[in-house]
Amino acid sequence: MSTPSSPYVHTAGSVTTVMLRVIYALLPGIAAYVWFFGWGVAVNIVFAVVVALVCEAGMLALRGRPLKPFLLDGSAAVTAVLLALALPSLAPWWMTLIGTAFAIIIAKQLYGGLGFNPFNPAMIGYVVLLISFPREMTLWLAPEMVSGHSMGETMSTNPIFGHLGGKGWEWINGLFLLGGLWLIYKKVISWHIPVTVLGSLALMAAVYFLIDRDLYASPLFHLFSGAAILGAFFIATDPVTASTTPRGRLYYGAGIGVFTYIIRTWGGYPDGIAFAVLLMNMAAPMIDYYTRPRVFGHKD
Amino acid sequence: MKQKLWRFPGGLHLAGHKSESTSVPVTKARLPNRLVLPLQQHIGEPAKPLVAPGDRVLKGQMIAAASGYVSVPLHAPTSGTVIEIAEYPIPHPSGLSAPCIVIESDGTDKWCERRPLAHYQTLEPSALRNVLREAGIVGLGGAGFPTFIKLNPGPDRKVDTLILNGAECEPYITCDDMLMRERADEIVAGLAIMRHALQAAHCIIGIEDNKPDACAAIAQALRKVGMIDMRVMQVPTRYPAGGEKQLIQVLTGKEVPSNGLPIHIGIVCHNVATAAAVYRAIMHGEPLIARYVTITSAGTGAGVHAPRNLEVLFGTPMRELIEQCSGALTPGFQTIMGGPMMGFAVHDTAAPVIKTTHCVLVTQQATTAPALPCIRCGACVEACPASLLPQQLYWHARAKEFDKTQDYNLFDCIECGACAAVCPSNIPLVQYYRYAKGEIWTREREKQKADVARQRHEFRLARLAQEKADREARHAEKKAALALKQAQQEEKIH
Ligand code: SF4
Ligand code: SF4
Repeated sequence: MSTPSSPYVHTAGSVTTVMLRVIYALLPGIAAYVWFFGWGVAVNIVFAVVVALVCEAGMLALRGRPLKPFLLDGSAAVTAVLLALALPSLAPWWMTLIGTAFAIIIAKQLYGGLGFNPFNPAMIGYVVLLISFPREMTLWLAPEMVSGHSMGETMSTNPIFGHLGGKGWEWINGLFLLGGLWLIYKKVISWHIPVTVLGSLALMAAVYFLIDRDLYASPLFHLFSGAAILGAFFIATDPVTASTTPRGRLYYGAGIGVFTYIIRTWGGYPDGIAFAVLLMNMAAPMIDYYTRPRVFGHKD
Repeated sequence: MKQKLWRFPGGLHLAGHKSESTSVPVTKARLPNRLVLPLQQHIGEPAKPLVAPGDRVLKGQMIAAASGYVSVPLHAPTSGTVIEIAEYPIPHPSGLSAPCIVIESDGTDKWCERRPLAHYQTLEPSALRNVLREAGIVGLGGAGFPTFIKLNPGPDRKVDTLILNGAECEPYITCDDMLMRERADEIVAGLAIMRHALQAAHCIIGIEDNKPDACAAIAQALRKVGMIDMRVMQVPTRYPAGGEKQLIQVLTGKEVPSNGLPIHIGIVCHNVATAAAVYRAIMHGEPLIARYVTITSAGTGAGVHAPRNLEVLFGTPMRELIEQCSGALTPGFQTIMGGPMMGFAVHDTAAPVIKTTHCVLVTQQATTAPALPCIRCGACVEACPASLLPQQLYWHARAKEFDKTQDYNLFDCIECGACAAVCPSNIPLVQYYRYAKGEIWTREREKQKADVARQRHEFRLARLAQEKADREARHAEKKAALALKQAQQEEKIH
């Protein structure tokens, strides 16, 4: 019999608790989504979760890892839900299948599974779909000009990764925001990343908006166009791939905000969040190294 | 008067579970028939036995002497007969046995002659320290470092502040709390003696604010003797506020330097129970032979039904204490010496209470969920009072990259367990740190050994080379002399 050593108390929930809370926090936003746009997104989410769990189980079996703890940890489900939310709500089933499978099999399990993947799996899945099927990713949604914004042309109307513009989006985003705040309150995520993502995005937007109001969208537009809130609270905060030091998270979040603005404004893709997150995922280890806290008793 | 306090980084709010064991006054534990006294109950060299099997001893009689500077003697906790000196299980994480003196009690509990020193003020600090050393006093807060050494600031070092640690931040443990409530006068008197030994300018008694009774008792004791220049300060209840470095920071705002001691910043910190022991040693001539111990249990089900604090003679088997508190050891339970955060499981409850035993905690054997990989959530970073990155330490310790663990300041970890307590992946983080520290120490020792061996080898080579050179030189000399002789002879012939 092995006697585990101290501490003998454990005050925190499990990984499962953390992941379940993320899903709970998304539910109000998803409900509003369904209310305004119909059951499409819900079907997508359920399908993606099933695919993710099957892929996860298959890979775990192939890698000879225990199934139960890892299937129950909830991380695959969170990846699936976030990816499904990033896809157009009318995405055909095979796109959801390819994206989710890629996210779980390649981006997560081949790197070693939970805790070892350097890139956010949901965003890898999204980007793979975006690059492989650019037409399908925007096919169903007629591009629409937003009055006064030339960027309306580059931003498709993909509901999440496009811009708001339609009625209902204030509600959906507002509820995602509420869910995100609840996560901070519950200490599932810390404030550092969401605040700096949104803060730097708003700051960039404000600067350019002041330079030329006709050419650049307002900060408010940027904050409330689909992906920003979901990205700031739910995607950029994925602990495994984000920076892990308190100070590093500030730089990490700021980087995502800045890149998002750049890609949205001058890039060729509808929204920058996914690329910005992946870019900063790459930078995270370096950020961590240079932002180590001052250890107790070490005066510099 | 509200005094300014500082904050230490990280920390946790833990459920205290203190009221369970504070409802009844402290009583003396039953005199055991046999007392098992490990020769090492302190940090440093084990004591050397002064008695042999068959010897009769009196309560308080020295039975083992200090050996070396970092060491203290050991005294008989009761009168009786030494029956053997042999290896017995000791309370230690390794579960190993170690040399112990076993005394069979004669039931009379008869004291040896005691020599109180009523006028300690007239004594030199060094003489005072000597008395405390002879009384076997070590830090009773848990580490067991010889107290007389900590009362020696060293030449040209001024002590600005003497802090008494009454924080007692670990859940379940209440022995210091009860001692402060019941023996505040002794603690205050002990503090005055310590202050004299250190010539400290200021004195502060730090107590966590979840112990209002203890705090009031100490404040009243101070008023009674008119010690207006000693202050009681309540510190916020947050684990590990009772860590020496943390308490110093909260009370003074100063950080003990890494690799340094509190004395390097003009501070000395002692535990409240140590102060009471100092008082008894000086004013009553009693060596350290007993202490308050919390006997309690955690979790539901069986365990200890009447949790309380007992005054326990060293050498009393933990099992007897658990029984006295209506506890039974049923399968599925384990006994922990110390608190749930920093204590360790005792493999054999026949192991005795020693000088560093502040708590005997019976808990259900944890059915720990398997550890998952680290998800880098950073919860541990937020909890760490040393501002370390526990997840990076874990990562490198697991990969056996010990140099990297040192880059991440492994040795500033105080093993408080806060990180592991909040880890959602349930990783036994502290276990990895202990392992890494152990490996690094072993390697360093080996390297030192290797260095010595290499030096010896090099020395030998040098000596051999020197001998050879000497030989050659002698040889050459002889040859030269021979040649000269020959030349001279040849000259003669011609
Ligand atoms: S709390 Fe546990 S899972 Fe989270 S970063 Fe620390 S070690 Fe990793
Ligand atoms: S055990 Fe060490 S690393 Fe963990 S919280 Fe305590 S000091 Fe920090």
